[in-house]
Amino acid sequence: MGNLLIIFKRELLSYFATPLAYIFIVIFLVVNGFLTFDFGGFYARGQADLSPFFAFHPFLYLFMVPAIAMTMWADERKTGTIELLLTLPINLRDAILGKYLAAWALIGIALSLTFPIWLTANYLGDPDNGVIFAAYVGSWFMAGAYLAIGACLSACTKNPVIAFILTVTICVIFVLLGYPFLLGMLIGWVPQIIIDAISSMGFLTHFDSISKGVFDIRDFLFFGVFIAAWLFASAVVIELKKAS
Amino acid sequence: MIEINNLTKNFDQFTAIDDLTFTVKEGEVLGFLGPNGAGKSTTMKLITGFLSASHGSISIDGFEISKNPIEAKSLMGYLPEGAPSYGDMTTLEFLNFVAQIRGYTGEEITRRVQRVLDEVELNSVSQQTIETLSKGFKRRVGLAQAIMHDPKVLILDEPTDGLDPNQKHHVRELIKNLARDKIVIISTHILEEVTAVCSRAIIIAQGRIVADGTPAELEARSKYHQAVSVRLSEKYDLAADLTGLAEVGDVEMDSEDNMVFRILASGGNSIFSQVSEIAQAKHWPIIEFHASRGQLEDVFRTVTQQTQGAQ
Repeated sequence: MGNLLIIFKRELLSYFATPLAYIFIVIFLVVNGFLTFDFGGFYARGQADLSPFFAFHPFLYLFMVPAIAMTMWADERKTGTIELLLTLPINLRDAILGKYLAAWALIGIALSLTFPIWLTANYLGDPDNGVIFAAYVGSWFMAGAYLAIGACLSACTKNPVIAFILTVTICVIFVLLGYPFLLGMLIGWVPQIIIDAISSMGFLTHFDSISKGVFDIRDFLFFGVFIAAWLFASAVVIELKKAS
Repeated sequence: MIEINNLTKNFDQFTAIDDLTFTVKEGEVLGFLGPNGAGKSTTMKLITGFLSASHGSISIDGFEISKNPIEAKSLMGYLPEGAPSYGDMTTLEFLNFVAQIRGYTGEEITRRVQRVLDEVELNSVSQQTIETLSKGFKRRVGLAQAIMHDPKVLILDEPTDGLDPNQKHHVRELIKNLARDKIVIISTHILEEVTAVCSRAIIIAQGRIVADGTPAELEARSKYHQAVSVRLSEKYDLAADLTGLAEVGDVEMDSEDNMVFRILASGGNSIFSQVSEIAQAKHWPIIEFHASRGQLEDVFRTVTQQTQGAQ
């Protein structure tokens, strides 16, 4: 068994060894249900799709994902286990990916447990399941982007609360970058190319098109590259901050 | 064999390790001594590849830690300071995890884990989560993971810190048993431990080696080496009877008991028989009379304070 897989397994099991995973999943499902059916007007819209469900995800992840990410490296540093882990014969890459993928898998599990909403839509009408599937994957990728930011900032500090606050802040910025309101303020005095560049860095820009059923591989590629970049940054931060 | 050449580690402006060079051979148990902040833990973190050196090289059996980290790390078992482990896992889960990372599969995992559980006597707590264990047990869990793969090089940062005297004894026995064909480096500030388990001691202060030798050699550098200690029943001027003897140096009164005196040997040779002849001839009022060994503690203080004074 590869070291990546061993670390992945250990991390994932450790989420379930404490109440953390269960609390995360339950709250994720409850809040999702509340937002979808109440705020989103799932029934009132009279349309068989999951738009109201996915529309809230960028904001839901804003608080849920940093909560998962905040301990990822901060705890390792605080308890000194990072010294144990990184003196075992493993690559830093395996450690970073193993830990990251375990947290991402936990989010994936929580997300897939929202399937009753999908069943409801299918019971009530005839939604485009291809679009829904793409939106699920897109949502999971977007969560992965939040998580990658969180992983990197968790490596910056021994204090998980600081990691949480920093992660939420940075994530807010990336959500707002794609917001039409913010972009509207720039039009007229900032060159269009810069507005486009800023807009293309925003999570909403990419997630909106995915969740509306516009399947463009570039949107997935954006999240993939974004995740890879932040994980690479984590590696740099871990190397730099090991001594302190 | 561990070869360390010109090892230097700087943190910003501060030099934690300053041009350290030494080698350790198979079968040696090296005690790494030094005051707090001398660079003991930093040196161990460099050897195990957790930190990377600013200058110099470390090679473990020919594998340089900066160039072949995986190979070098495979040869080493390491107990970091404070014996960190994943608190939410049970002892058994944690040791299984380490066995898997060390590359064992199937039956071999069970066999290896059972062996270390027996060796450090952890069977009674194998199903308990590590965070619920006492300090002594946690330390033993740390030791168990370090010896899992029967490593050629064992690096233990304060292995007996926080253990009770029985546990200390047990850990020292364990280290002695392990040491036969291995390299063991332990850091400690308990000096009796060095005499008890180490075949060699290096004292470092402010990142530099200030003494290197067998515990006996280091003891011989003490001013109390070969000294004769006497306890008197009444006041008596010992120094007056000893003047003129070439090998005999000063007579010191004990700082805590004014009836106990130490007669120092100035040349490093035994003065025991000489002094005992005089004591008999002059009828010293003696209740106790024995040769004292050199005190490692005394040497430790002298060499580490010299460096501090020099700066």
